[in-house]
Amino acid sequence: MTPPPGSLLAAEDLRKAYGPTLALDGAAFSIHPGEIVAVMGPSGSGKSTLLHCLAGIVPPDSGSITYAGRELATMSDVERSALRRGDFGFVFQFGQLVPELTCVENVALPLRLNGTSRKEAERAALGWLERLEVDDLGGKRPGEVSGGQGQRVAVARALVTGPRVLFADEPTGALDSLNGERVMELLTEAARSTDAAVVLVTHEARVAAYSDREIVVRDGRSRDMERAV
Amino acid sequence: MSIGHTLLGLLESGPRHGYDLKRAFDEKFGHDRPLHYGQVYSTMSRLLRNGLVEVDGIESGGGPERKRYAITDAGVTDVERWLASPEKPAEYLQSTLYTKVVLALLTHRDAADILDTQRAEHLRSMRILTDRKRRGDLADQLICDHALFHLEADLRWLELTAARLDRLRAEVAR
Ligand SMILES: Nc1ncnc2c1ncn2[C@@H]1O[C@H](COP(=O)(O)OP(=O)(O)O)[C@@H](O)[C@H]1O
Ligand SMILES: [Mg+2]
Repeated sequence: MTPPPGSLLAAEDLRKAYGPTLALDGAAFSIHPGEIVAVMGPSGSGKSTLLHCLAGIVPPDSGSITYAGRELATMSDVERSALRRGDFGFVFQFGQLVPELTCVENVALPLRLNGTSRKEAERAALGWLERLEVDDLGGKRPGEVSGGQGQRVAVARALVTGPRVLFADEPTGALDSLNGERVMELLTEAARSTDAAVVLVTHEARVAAYSDREIVVRDGRSRDMERAV
Repeated sequence: MSIGHTLLGLLESGPRHGYDLKRAFDEKFGHDRPLHYGQVYSTMSRLLRNGLVEVDGIESGGGPERKRYAITDAGVTDVERWLASPEKPAEYLQSTLYTKVVLALLTHRDAADILDTQRAEHLRSMRILTDRKRRGDLADQLICDHALFHLEADLRWLELTAARLDRLRAEVAR
């Protein structure tokens, strides 16, 4: 297939079955550099599966995914995991911070894994915590901060490596509306300032309203609203 | 919104001229729709007639905007009564969208399409409001939130209806 011109990440005709369940049934997707695209749809419609396929976490049964002009399927496992560590960042609903590490150490972790020195990694981490307005929590452990604060730390950790695509799966799903809103404001501001594209999975319209456009997933099939109208 | 009660309420903190009242109203409540001078004068003459305000002085130069108004005791009571009475929730039962969906099903058109198109339109409005909220002050945030919550409620209805289209189609066909 040929991905839409100018797209950074694109997928065509994705199929993925879990046993008898068809999680994806011909879904398509594309995103441009720096663009924020919401993936909407009811629970169980295949949003998370789509995100996992796009990020190279789960291989689709069929269909193609291209990132920066390359087919994910033709990459080696080593290449794909390098992609996930370097080019991609992730924010999930919860449970992503390492409980034994402080917040600064959590944010510094991806840089440490990429071989950055401790001092440099923690300085960068602190800078990101500052941008997300939680630098005062640097020395605390995840268990000692609130849900909203924890999500901001998670956003900082996802962006510290300067990813080109940020994958966010219901990033505010466990937060009340005020905290969720603040996280969305900070997340989208940070992504825009670094020109990262964002794949924003959410079933909430108020969250999707932070995106540039949306695609709707229903029963494993996607609908791109911009191209539809 | 009752412009009369709002202007009356603005007068409680002290007498004001007509142009001053308009400015205060526009600044606090007229974000999208500033008042016309004509609205201010017709409203003030009605309040005057009903004894809710009185003329407190007239600047030289004439013209209705030169009048300075003060609220009367009856006016204060009126504001108080207005603030204390709850607003009637808007009438939602005559939904155009519901009608469109049923008509689409009756005429064998794609009802899911109607719902999707409407969702896209609602989201477009929500994006504009979210953006305005992000740049705005607290007043902007509250005004936009009010609209956002209403649009969100519509969207939840759209979602639920999309999930029930097959059942609705069967019922409509009977
Ligand atoms: N690892 C899995 N094993 C079995 N079934 C799964 C798995 N992941 C997802 N599913 C099923 O696939 C469908 C789509 O799930 P998911 O992509 O998580 O939807 P969403 O994120 O929109 O709620 C659901 O029916 C779900 O139960
Ligand atoms: Mg999910």
